[in-house]
Amino acid sequence: SSHEHRLNFKKSKEVCLNYVQDAMLQKQWKRAAEFLTFYIESLEKDFSRECIGPSEMIWRIGTEILYRHSHSSMKEFSSFIEQMKTLGVKRYLKVCLEHAFHLLCNGLIDEAYQNLSLAESWQFGEQTAIQDKEMKLIQAYRGLLDYYSWSKQKNILLEHGLDGFEDLPAEQEMHHCFRKAAVNLKEIIKIPGVWDLFVKCYVDLLEFYGDRNEAHQVLSEYAYNSKFPANPNAHVYLYQFLKRHGESKKSLISVLKILHDIVPSHELMIDFNTMLQKSKKRKKRRLGLEVIFAALDYAGWKENVKAWNCMARQVKQIVISKKHLDWIKQEWNSRKDWWPAFHFSRYLAKRNWQGNESLSYEKALVAGILLGKDSKYFKYVSHQGCKAQVKRFRILKKFVNKHNPV
Amino acid sequence: DFNERCAQCSEVNWGLTDGGRFYCRSCHNVTERSREVVNTDFISNTRIQAISKGLRKQEKNDGGSEWYVCEGFQLALKKQAEALEALGVCPQLKDEVLCNFWRCYLQKSKQAYCNRPAGETLKALSVCNSSTDVDSEPESPGPLHLLSLSESEGDLQTDCSFVSSTSKVSESTVFSGSVDGSLYLRKNQKDTLRMTMPMTLSFCYMALLWLRESMTLSDLLRFVVEGHIPYLNIFQHFPEKMKLCGLDLKIFCVESWPVYEEVYNKMLELAAFLDLPRFPDITDSCFLHPDMLCMKYLMEANLPDELHNWTCRVVKKICIGEVDYLTLVPGNKSTRKVKYDVLAAAVIVVVLKLLFLLDDHYEWLLSDFAEERNKNNKEGGPYFELKKWYKVIKCSLDVEQKKLDEERAKCLWRCEKPLFYSVKKKSKVLKRRQMVVSLQNQFGKLSSSVQPAEKPRPSSFQLRWSEENTDEICFHGHSLKGILQEKCGFLTTINPDYWLCTVKLCSEKLCGRVAHYREVDFPQSYHFVLRLFSFLLRVQPSYIHDEVCMIEQKLFHKKLCKKPKYNTVLKK
Repeated sequence: SSHEHRLNFKKSKEVCLNYVQDAMLQKQWKRAAEFLTFYIESLEKDFSRECIGPSEMIWRIGTEILYRHSHSSMKEFSSFIEQMKTLGVKRYLKVCLEHAFHLLCNGLIDEAYQNLSLAESWQFGEQTAIQDKEMKLIQAYRGLLDYYSWSKQKNILLEHGLDGFEDLPAEQEMHHCFRKAAVNLKEIIKIPGVWDLFVKCYVDLLEFYGDRNEAHQVLSEYAYNSKFPANPNAHVYLYQFLKRHGESKKSLISVLKILHDIVPSHELMIDFNTMLQKSKKRKKRRLGLEVIFAALDYAGWKENVKAWNCMARQVKQIVISKKHLDWIKQEWNSRKDWWPAFHFSRYLAKRNWQGNESLSYEKALVAGILLGKDSKYFKYVSHQGCKAQVKRFRILKKFVNKHNPV
Repeated sequence: DFNERCAQCSEVNWGLTDGGRFYCRSCHNVTERSREVVNTDFISNTRIQAISKGLRKQEKNDGGSEWYVCEGFQLALKKQAEALEALGVCPQLKDEVLCNFWRCYLQKSKQAYCNRPAGETLKALSVCNSSTDVDSEPESPGPLHLLSLSESEGDLQTDCSFVSSTSKVSESTVFSGSVDGSLYLRKNQKDTLRMTMPMTLSFCYMALLWLRESMTLSDLLRFVVEGHIPYLNIFQHFPEKMKLCGLDLKIFCVESWPVYEEVYNKMLELAAFLDLPRFPDITDSCFLHPDMLCMKYLMEANLPDELHNWTCRVVKKICIGEVDYLTLVPGNKSTRKVKYDVLAAAVIVVVLKLLFLLDDHYEWLLSDFAEERNKNNKEGGPYFELKKWYKVIKCSLDVEQKKLDEERAKCLWRCEKPLFYSVKKKSKVLKRRQMVVSLQNQFGKLSSSVQPAEKPRPSSFQLRWSEENTDEICFHGHSLKGILQEKCGFLTTINPDYWLCTVKLCSEKLCGRVAHYREVDFPQSYHFVLRLFSFLLRVQPSYIHDEVCMIEQKLFHKKLCKKPKYNTVLKK
């Protein structure tokens, strides 16, 4: 009947919201603001029974529009957010957190800190589990800002120290920041999640105050606790820490092994391969070869001289020793169908020679060993090199001619 | 005014105390007689009984005074009548017709002008006495039930600013600012025709019809939506001392626009309820006569004036131009009630079908044919080409429809004067309103367009075409000769066929409607034409389609009675 087509409050607001969303999708912020203006009176009929009611809509959409609109200022934004905070008890902490983020993005660190502190002291009846988590986040970010203050203070004091000044109150202030930061950072990294920045800052604090054990513990937890999501960075941080503190090669290798499993193309693979090559253990050296081959499977490494250098060194060493040629065979087996086109085409030969002589040298060496002296790449580069009378290319040519291809 | 002689000094020199009682200025004798809140409106106060029995209290604590629901409606009607007068309707509507209709209504519904107004025996529930005065009708639905009544004027019962859904509504909290608000909603619809906001428009239309004014129902409803006639937030026009709260909100606050069908049907019901006699005759010189309205709509649709001859022919053939057909006789169930605007639009649609067939095929061929003929047409005006017309109209229609859709999205339902269900909710509601206004300002400043400060001036014509305007073609003067042929000295259509929208009409009693329109079942050209008039009249295309079906049944009655053919395409 015609009653379904009747325009009532609810329907007209639905339609209005569609216009807002359309405008936003087309990045027409002025138009979005225009229609939002007419949507706003929905707040007077906010039943909070729908999953996303008018309050939340207006908060999220309004935030986005203010963020993007060319004429809006931080002051306007803050005044808007303050109003949003009063719209719903359940949402208060979330809005505070977002507000703090926006302030931070705009460099208003002190204001962000104030906001977070204010939010921290907020209490309203029983807190739900979600609000608990939100509160922890708020405390964590405040802790982060405390760390930031601490860091600033530390740098200032170090400078003064160099100049021979002493400043006790400032030092105490610094320690005070440390304590505040440490408490909150420690709390948040207990919760399974990705907390890279928080972990780094916390470890920095611990290291400064000499608590190496705690730092090690924290990093190990972060990397190895299965409850936490798989995070390559965790292993990187641990590795860097262990390296900083002169830990044994064995422990370094065990950390990097896991990193290799997760991210074979990680930049640390070069360090890893270097360490493994030098090892006395056969298994380790074998692993090293595997690592460098795996890294070079990735396009990002194609023109990385260091990587090719590692590869070249290792295969050359194997060829000269005449031992473990089967290692190379094993690695090459799965790659022989596509590496020639991927790395050793004539086009690449020309390009590498023109772009980077060292790169072409390393690659030519590898090409010569893997594909023999008839390989396009080797032929072109060695010819060019000899023509240019670069000594090492002559040596290279001789070397490859002497040894049979694998 | 009070003109009795003073008991003490026999003077007639009265003043009013703060308590609203008359006192003699000469001897300061205070009487027991209290002055009725004199309604300076054109209709004298309806609670005559109340005055003589001194039932009315004067000032209440909050600065408000007692008022009855029908007073509210009376005020609403007055404002609407004033607005209509401002639109050019004759003052008779406000001064005579409408108020007489209203008085009659009050009498028939026993709210006033009779010996025992219905409200008398029941104790009024006011804010102060709520807890004591409740028990009058044990079998009547309780207050909670009232709140869950789904009224056609809106879904206020779900509004949290009006009623808290979680808290229990106890007897004492169901109240109203008006004296008889809660009573009002308990009334059985069938016994008395309970007054509602949409019904105010039925009253207006009834008065317009009585006076045979040049305003159709679709015009009226359009003016309401455009804001020229008060309807939404009518309480803004109530005086300060008429406080609205509680159930009053359910009665006076609407959150939807009224629909043509609803207002129209209510008007018929009302006319019958009031036992009105036959309305003044609608003759062929009236604006509402199909010949007149067809002319208007043809102009608005940018169609050739020559089509008017055809519409008149159809009107004459099926006798819908007769006085007895067009004039409203309330209560007469046998005659079909006429919706003048929809009827005229439907006639035009039928004429277009007669001339162009509109089967998504033939009309374009015919247009090409006319185009060819136009090339050799040196004398007189150009021949009408449907294709050209279609392009122009589609373009305009799309633009206007888009504007209309955006306006509907931008509809603002609330006004500056906030309403609260109860005093408890007041501060919350006010705070919300404050926030809403502040946010509206903030985002309003970031908007693109400069909002036009005034409403567009009201106009009877929504689309205007003029021969002087060289940007768009005006088809009024175009000739139909391009699509007609001479036969026996007469000009007839080239198109020999006609397809019926439906072979048989449905029964209104069973189906509720005469036909069931689905866009996919009909040619796009037909739908386009329906869409055009649907836009102009602000009704659903199916509404016009129903009328088209009805006209076709009349027009081809003889042929339909002969042999029911399965093939619905007829030879004319």
